[in-house]
Amino acid sequence: MTDTQYDRAPGDASALPDVEQGASSGVLVYTIGLGLAVGLTALSFWVANTSLLWVGGISLGLTVLAIAQMGVHLVFFLHVTTGPDNTNNVMALAFGVLIVALVVVGSLLIMADLNDSMMPAPELMNLQMQH
Amino acid sequence: MNVAVAVDDKVRYEARPSAGEAGPATKRVVVGYGFWVFLLSDIVMFSAIFAAYAVLNHATAGGPSGVQLFNQRSVAIETGCLLASSYTCGLMSLAIGSRRYAATYWAALITFVLGALFLALELREFAGMIAIGAGPQRSAFLSAFFTLVGCHGLHVTAGLVWLVVMMAQVAVKGFRQTVERRLLCFSLFWHALDIVWVWLFTVVYLMGVLS
Amino acid sequence: MNLLGKLDWSAIPLDQPIIMGASGGMVLVIVAILSWVTLKGYVPYLWREWITSVDHKRIGIMYIILALIMLLRGFADAIMMRAQQAVAAGGAQGYLPPEHFDQIFSAHGTIMIFFMAMPFVIGMMNFVVPLQLGVRDMAFPTLNSVALGLTASGILLTNISLAVGEFSKAGWVAYPPLSELQYSPGVGVDYYLWALQISGVGTLMTGINFVATVLKTRAPGMSYMRMPVFCWTSLAANLLIVAAFPVLTATLAMLLLDRYLGFHFFTIDGQGNAMMYVNLFWVWGHPEVYILVLPAFGIFSEVVSTFSGKPLFGYRSMVAATMAICVLSFIVWLHHFFTMGASANVNGFFGVMTMIIAVPTGVKVFNWLFTMYGGRIRFTVPVLWSIGFMVTFVIGGMTGVLMAVPPADFQLHNSLFLIAHFHNVIIGGTVFGLMAGYNYWFPKAFGFKLDERWGRISFWCWLIGFYVAFMPLYALGLMGMTRRMQHYDVASWQPWLVAAAVGVVIILAGIVSQVIQLVVSVRDRDRLKVTADPWNGRTLEWATASPPPAWNFAVLPQVRDLDALWNKKQRERTQAQPAQERKFEPIEVPKNSATGFIVAFFSVVAGFAMIWHIWWMAGVGVIGIFLTMLAFAFRDEEEIEIPAEQIARFERANPVEIAV
Repeated sequence: MTDTQYDRAPGDASALPDVEQGASSGVLVYTIGLGLAVGLTALSFWVANTSLLWVGGISLGLTVLAIAQMGVHLVFFLHVTTGPDNTNNVMALAFGVLIVALVVVGSLLIMADLNDSMMPAPELMNLQMQH
Repeated sequence: MNVAVAVDDKVRYEARPSAGEAGPATKRVVVGYGFWVFLLSDIVMFSAIFAAYAVLNHATAGGPSGVQLFNQRSVAIETGCLLASSYTCGLMSLAIGSRRYAATYWAALITFVLGALFLALELREFAGMIAIGAGPQRSAFLSAFFTLVGCHGLHVTAGLVWLVVMMAQVAVKGFRQTVERRLLCFSLFWHALDIVWVWLFTVVYLMGVLS
Repeated sequence: MNLLGKLDWSAIPLDQPIIMGASGGMVLVIVAILSWVTLKGYVPYLWREWITSVDHKRIGIMYIILALIMLLRGFADAIMMRAQQAVAAGGAQGYLPPEHFDQIFSAHGTIMIFFMAMPFVIGMMNFVVPLQLGVRDMAFPTLNSVALGLTASGILLTNISLAVGEFSKAGWVAYPPLSELQYSPGVGVDYYLWALQISGVGTLMTGINFVATVLKTRAPGMSYMRMPVFCWTSLAANLLIVAAFPVLTATLAMLLLDRYLGFHFFTIDGQGNAMMYVNLFWVWGHPEVYILVLPAFGIFSEVVSTFSGKPLFGYRSMVAATMAICVLSFIVWLHHFFTMGASANVNGFFGVMTMIIAVPTGVKVFNWLFTMYGGRIRFTVPVLWSIGFMVTFVIGGMTGVLMAVPPADFQLHNSLFLIAHFHNVIIGGTVFGLMAGYNYWFPKAFGFKLDERWGRISFWCWLIGFYVAFMPLYALGLMGMTRRMQHYDVASWQPWLVAAAVGVVIILAGIVSQVIQLVVSVRDRDRLKVTADPWNGRTLEWATASPPPAWNFAVLPQVRDLDALWNKKQRERTQAQPAQERKFEPIEVPKNSATGFIVAFFSVVAGFAMIWHIWWMAGVGVIGIFLTMLAFAFRDEEEIEIPAEQIARFERANPVEIAV
């Protein structure tokens, strides 16, 4: 029986029994994750509302914070690692992220381009809105 | 159980075979992986709705825009609820791992309450918007907003129903392997909803109030 | 409130003889088959062995049966369109009124893509992939059965639209604003939307199932680079399903919200944006093309290699090309709407990407050619289909590259040139591949070969008919004829359209020959009987009995290289082996489940109710689905054990030449 597999279900902290963690270290991981997530969330809300930062950079800053927070969730809550037992999980995740990026960025670029070519100029739109 | 009988198989693997050659994976790995792939497809679905929202963001048709509608305080509380419920869901996974019934029920109960609180806040926000004439029929922007946020809300609702069913299963069947696998899938689902929400509050609520 | 929503007697088009004749005939055939089955007492057998079966082989065969029936239905639409266009020249109106013609071309496209090609491809993968991987079933057997049920539900709803109400008149792509409530107030678009939503969920389940199966359950020793090419192409196709179908689901859901709840995603008022629908639809639509054709590529790879008696030329480049197509297919979608008004930069980028995706496809064609080069080729029916494919598909591919040039596309967009192009790749690629696979794996599924002579006749009819039917459309497209014309004024088009109609009749002869082939083969099944390995195959599906037992392999094969069975045969030939008594152990197989059937039943109820706005009935359907799943979740016994003696008895009765 081939029971020794370097393979792990997504979300499982560990596949090998000899590295079984105690419950306390598990709690620690989740607590660190929660702390980081709360911190990043608070930072996001602050960035969106402060007048200290350059306005043009705020969207980018919020995006970076969201990506960071996604990373925190993946690592501390979903236990994604770079280990060989996690290869398939990470590959699937990478494929999904690639597709999501292509769909969102591609659609936005295409639709913005179509709007530029097809829609009347903004002033004209405003005139239409006002009547 | 499946010992190969290839007679001329003189080659013995020195070390443990890598996952690619070890034969079928355990049921837990297969189920978890299948659900993982489902979650990715679910997130791709969200990405299509996100794209629609981003495209229609300014299509207010003369109606109210995000700046006038969104209440950041309520969103912050909702975010807190979801983050905390993700944490308690993690604690539930630990309790399941060490087969503690009481801890599992308690963690599940808190997770459920926090999720329900989130939903209640979201519904209150929706009702308030519809009451002032900013329902989804008002403009393309509001259609996209209600669809995007509502779709996440529907997922949370499904998660709550699922959680109730799972607790019934734990009570009736105990921690048998099928139940544990489903609980693993549930926790994946719940954490993934949190990730979707991170993007939601960033793109919709925070970027929406920038002008 | 009306208890039956929008449904009343006026929904049944009693004044339309063609529709009533067709639907009446359909109902009669169904009633005849059902009563024959009941009278013969086959119902318990069908229920036990097929409808509730979670065996991937049975499910695969049922998918293919559905697909073949839908091929007939979709082909009937094709004949009607060709006949209409052959006569409706000058002032003539033909025999089909516009509103009926519009339904026919919409139904033809929808049925052929979603309910013929998709189930056929999925059925083929279902039957073959677990056998090639050397395992006993899919990763999620019951999910597989539910997916089949949902596909069948979509098919049923589409066909109900023939008799009750109408089908969409907005084409198989259903672009808004035409498909919005304002311009399509009838139930046609709703039939289209709900049928696709329900079957789309099923397809997504299939995709998840296959990705998990291929990546997580393979025979011991089968590393990625030892996987047969068909498994690779199936993996790529299912990754595309998982990544693309959710986009379709979301897009159609937005259109549903527009139609049912007055949302403004794609409407003209409320600042909706119809172009967003087109964009999102093709985000799904282009990968869909590769979902259909990649498995066909895999089939050709298996067929060419087996019947040339050689390993596939350039296995690694084949794998690399497959995965490259898998990713590239997500960055070409704009070429479906070059003419919608994007700037030259955007059009140029997507045009170039479209040409680049032809490169890995070209790699594949050369690999097949080099595999055949120097091989000892046996010209069986599957090989004929493969050679026919190579010629036809290359022509179709090149017209595709031609249209990838944006300025050329501005001339050809929505002309019959486009129609000719995509039929050229879908028939020449996917359908030919499926026919090759059907002939190739039929003996594995049923234990006897298909009749060669009728197979050849059907191939030649299909091939010649295809060229006669579609080459004129290229010419017509260049002459300026657009698609979806119920009648036309230019008299010089008519001879070409008559030729195309003749071509369709020749294809019809091909389909009739296939039916005859099946009947003749069933009649002569004793003469055509085969053992485990009729074609001198290379992969693991030929290492078990034909038809395989429920457990596929009595002992899981131990894989040591690519083409596992072939290499094993070579080793056995060089070293004499002592006869070895094989030891069998009990095997657990998944238990039959009616879940799929019941979920399908309730989803038809819910879908039909939503189409006709019968809200209480929709509630019944949804609650029914939920309760069914709940009952499934609480069942106690998930697997049954097959005792070792039964396995040993089967193995003695059906000896396998070579055990891997």
